[in-house]
Amino acid sequence: MQSETKSRVDQLKSPQGDPVAVLRFEGDIASTSKDAVIGAYQALPKDSTKLILLDFTGVDYINSSGIALVIQLLIEASNSGQKVSAFGLSAHFTKVFTMVGITKYAGLYSTQAEALAAL
Amino acid sequence: MSESKTTTVEVRLPTRLGYEKVAMSTAASVAKLMGFPEDRVEDLKTAVAEACINAIEHGNRLNEKLSVGVVLRAGGDALEVKVIDDGKGIGRHPAKPDIDRKMHGEEDPRGMGMFLIQALVDEAEWVQGSEGNSSYVRLVIKLGKEVA
Repeated sequence: MQSETKSRVDQLKSPQGDPVAVLRFEGDIASTSKDAVIGAYQALPKDSTKLILLDFTGVDYINSSGIALVIQLLIEASNSGQKVSAFGLSAHFTKVFTMVGITKYAGLYSTQAEALAAL
Repeated sequence: MSESKTTTVEVRLPTRLGYEKVAMSTAASVAKLMGFPEDRVEDLKTAVAEACINAIEHGNRLNEKLSVGVVLRAGGDALEVKVIDDGKGIGRHPAKPDIDRKMHGEEDPRGMGMFLIQALVDEAEWVQGSEGNSSYVRLVIKLGKEVA
């Protein structure tokens, strides 16, 4: 019933020339999305990946279990000294992420260009 | 919610994660017919989804022999949604999630559903059923109100 979460990784450069890994999600982000969210994050090489963007442009539905996965990703990234920002959330999910306090640990931006510029 | 001129829509969901989206879509359709703006429809969808997920996971404990009832009552100025399960119900008010405690491993990253429900609708109450079953959460979203 839930649409399967797909994720892929693109490698970009920040305006300063640093490598940036972009995790792009599609589908629903729910309790069944652990491999697509945490698995995809954990597959990134920790030594060379210090800047991470989460792309939610292709995501229509995120529930509290999905938000918990994002928080779990942020915990692991924080412990590894990585900076995480996100973009592409709808206005509604930007509000929800703000309500639960995620903005304290990850910047939220409308577009990839804005997120990259802020790194 | 005005008692006159109400329209009732009922949905019965299987106790299976993912089917909360059926209740979401139904609630969204009713809210749109009532004239709710898009942002309030989105608030309602998330609140209804979280109420159904709680009913499936915690109320019915994923027991597929049980079902989750969703009753929508559309009045002139408000939409009431009851999500009914066979659990014992919840007797406490939801705490606001503490992101710092979560980030430091002092609080489970999960457990935000009840908070979101309460934050996104105008009224939310959790009612324990008699003899430990038919508990429900009752949500009300009102036309002309905005959640900050």
